[in-house]
Amino acid sequence: MMAIQSKRRAVVDTSLCVACGACMEVCPRGAITVWKGSYSVVDDALCIGCGLCAKECPASVIRVEARP
Amino acid sequence: MKKSHWYNYLWIWSVIYFAMGFFHILFAWLGLISFFLPLIFAVGFGNKGFCNRYCDRGQLLRALGSQKGFSRRKDAPGWMKSKAFRYGFLAFFMAMFLHMLYTTYQVYAGTSELRQVVTLFWSIPAPWSFAYTGGAEPWAAQFAFGFYSMMLTSAILGILTMLAYKPRSWCVYCPMGTMTQLICRAKAGPNRKE
Ligand code: SF4
Ligand code: SF4
Ligand code: SF4
Repeated sequence: MMAIQSKRRAVVDTSLCVACGACMEVCPRGAITVWKGSYSVVDDALCIGCGLCAKECPASVIRVEARP
Repeated sequence: MKKSHWYNYLWIWSVIYFAMGFFHILFAWLGLISFFLPLIFAVGFGNKGFCNRYCDRGQLLRALGSQKGFSRRKDAPGWMKSKAFRYGFLAFFMAMFLHMLYTTYQVYAGTSELRQVVTLFWSIPAPWSFAYTGGAEPWAAQFAFGFYSMMLTSAILGILTMLAYKPRSWCVYCPMGTMTQLICRAKAGPNRKE
């Protein structure tokens, strides 16, 4: 099941992330962690590109883009 | 819908806090909890666990903005999330905090009288003497009035930007959030993976 990857995934602009954790709170896959209180990191393997995190992010620093 | 965690209900603390300060201003002292907890997480553990989960303010804005749908969910303007504004607002807030401590000291030293007002936006006095009937040291009451003013002002700002932008827009420029992130970034050191 995990072998099938979504076409899209979330990417965080870490330089403008405020580390609030609003994205982590809404991610249905638990794919996001806030790394050492500094910025959020998306686990690429878990992300399904649903975009819920981007919708919630108060700083609007998450983009959902096509996987390379 | 994701299932709720117990901490999603911490917004209740915000409601209780402001309600208690309405009936007796000395309860404003309890706001120090929201002041020290995030610092304990940041300084002690190098994380933003308070912001990420246990902040009543963050949960309140999420409950009203996301779950009740009061937020327009528009992108915040660029200046609001700029480092200049975030650090500037932190500096301004700290200056106002020190000023509040100085006012408290003046009352303690007897060079100034207790003013029973809650000051909104650092300038608009709201009569609040109904919430104080004496019984405490005047300086302790002065601190309570000052702290409550700060908490109420920031809550109103947070609710306004929740309505106008994203639910937790306040978290972008919240002085506690900015300060704890700075502490965490300093503790994490230069070897962050970018
Ligand atoms: S796009 Fe969806 S699955 Fe991916 S990190 Fe964001 S919320 Fe989680
Ligand atoms: S919601 Fe946005 S600003 Fe907050 S931690 Fe996630 S990516 Fe960073
Ligand atoms: S940024 Fe401020 S309001 Fe937001 S979760 Fe952190 S401490 Fe609470």
